Amino acid sequence: MLIPHPLLGPRDAQEFVCLGDARLIERPDPAAADAEAAFCDYVFLRDNPAGVHRELWFHEHGDRSWLVVTRDTVTHAVLGAELARDVALARVGRAP
Amino acid sequence: MRFSGFRIVAEALKGHTGWRPLWRDPEPQPAYDYVIVGGGGHGLATAYYLASRFGAARIAVLEKGWLGSGNVARNTTIIRSNYLLAGNEPFYEFSMKLWEGLEQDLNFNAMVSQRGIINLFHTDAQRDAFRRRGNAMMLAGAGARLLDADEVRRMAPFLNHDNARFPIRGGLMQPRAGTARHDGVAWGYARAAARLGVDLIQNCEVTGFRIDNGRLRGVETTRGSIAAGTVGVAVAGSSSRVMAQAGLRLPIESHVLQAFVTEGLKPTIPGVITFGAGHFYISQSDKGGLVFGGDIDGYNSYAQRGGLPVVEDVAEGGMALMPVIGRARLLRMWGGVVDMSMDGSPIIDRTPVDGLYLNGGWCYGGFKATPASGYAFAHLLATGEPHETARAYRLDRFARGYVIDERGAGAQPNLH
Repeated sequence: MLIPHPLLGPRDAQEFVCLGDARLIERPDPAAADAEAAFCDYVFLRDNPAGVHRELWFHEHGDRSWLVVTRDTVTHAVLGAELARDVALARVGRAP
Repeated sequence: MRFSGFRIVAEALKGHTGWRPLWRDPEPQPAYDYVIVGGGGHGLATAYYLASRFGAARIAVLEKGWLGSGNVARNTTIIRSNYLLAGNEPFYEFSMKLWEGLEQDLNFNAMVSQRGIINLFHTDAQRDAFRRRGNAMMLAGAGARLLDADEVRRMAPFLNHDNARFPIRGGLMQPRAGTARHDGVAWGYARAAARLGVDLIQNCEVTGFRIDNGRLRGVETTRGSIAAGTVGVAVAGSSSRVMAQAGLRLPIESHVLQAFVTEGLKPTIPGVITFGAGHFYISQSDKGGLVFGGDIDGYNSYAQRGGLPVVEDVAEGGMALMPVIGRARLLRMWGGVVDMSMDGSPIIDRTPVDGLYLNGGWCYGGFKATPASGYAFAHLLATGEPHETARAYRLDRFARGYVIDERGAGAQPNLH
């Protein structure tokens, strides 16, 4: 698999390690009233679709950036990649 | 029809005209007491034990494809009970004991062959860890032997004992472990279940669950609606997909695990040998093929095929452990989709939907568990209570903090 790194161009997937579901970016608020249940879901439960899936990949043997990779889990086709930092900032409404 | 040596002789004299299909191919009935979703090893074993041990009747097994077409056909056939943790070891030892009586029980040759497993170690720290694990195994009645370097050298002279990075210092052996003919296990359970009146319904995909105020009423399938008060889902690899139809999110990711077999060779490997440090394990089938594998690919996949980087990794592990393998020609390689759970251990439990039960999360170790998994799941379905060896496999153990993490890797499925 080749991962289209937004800064470095296409890179071999072997340079990366996969952490899994990109919803791990959405860390719950530890001060919220339901924080214990929210953290249990956050740590242990995963979306596990057959089809398009957004995942966190770490460019360990590269520039050590975190990417959000969109990939099809049935065909292994890589559909896109963006910097996880950009995704996280966009979530809270800030420009990258 | 009972199988026996006499039967083979009698059929030989009759020109083999008396053999009949091993199971019926019935039409689905409108209602059953028990519906098992998934016609693999675990689902078929569940149906068999429900009928034979718990006296249940009106049982159906629904299979999307054909019987035994998933992971029971794709594993590397190893049976063992060499676990460390108290939540696991008694369960796998229960499974080992069921393996030992399986063929008489099913009246089917599953080719169970107890030729032993050796887990190699390379450092003092690993020896200590394996000694502890061996003690845990002996406490559960599984039996274990700690081998020193000379013993391993005598038993497996073809290994590279003096590898500079991973010299072999010894191994933990479970003499009762071994292999079984994986397809034979599925066929044996299917035949034995069908003989007890279980309906094995193939090409019947479950497309939804009928749930009424939190109570399960039945399943929707591609072959019509089926009413059932108790439904057990045993579809490891696709647990998340099937249970999502009941609105559940699971502590599971689906990953692809690859396996390999060479052309048939003369007897070379005395039992099963695992090289954990090099992500490689190997055994030899009765036909002579070297059957081996390594790690999962490490990313979510439903493809039932893996990537070349892991092929290279497994080949490197094999060459490092036993250079003789370099002369063997690879015949086939394949992949299976496994449920990787958040602690590396399985789930056999009720779900928040009354009447709906889950058997999944088997990671890469489901085959050896087949008999105990079926027995424990049947126990749960029939009595509503977990089997005594499967009490730890609760779905809510993650929320309660009672994870069973043999590897100590945390909630990171691709590291288990």
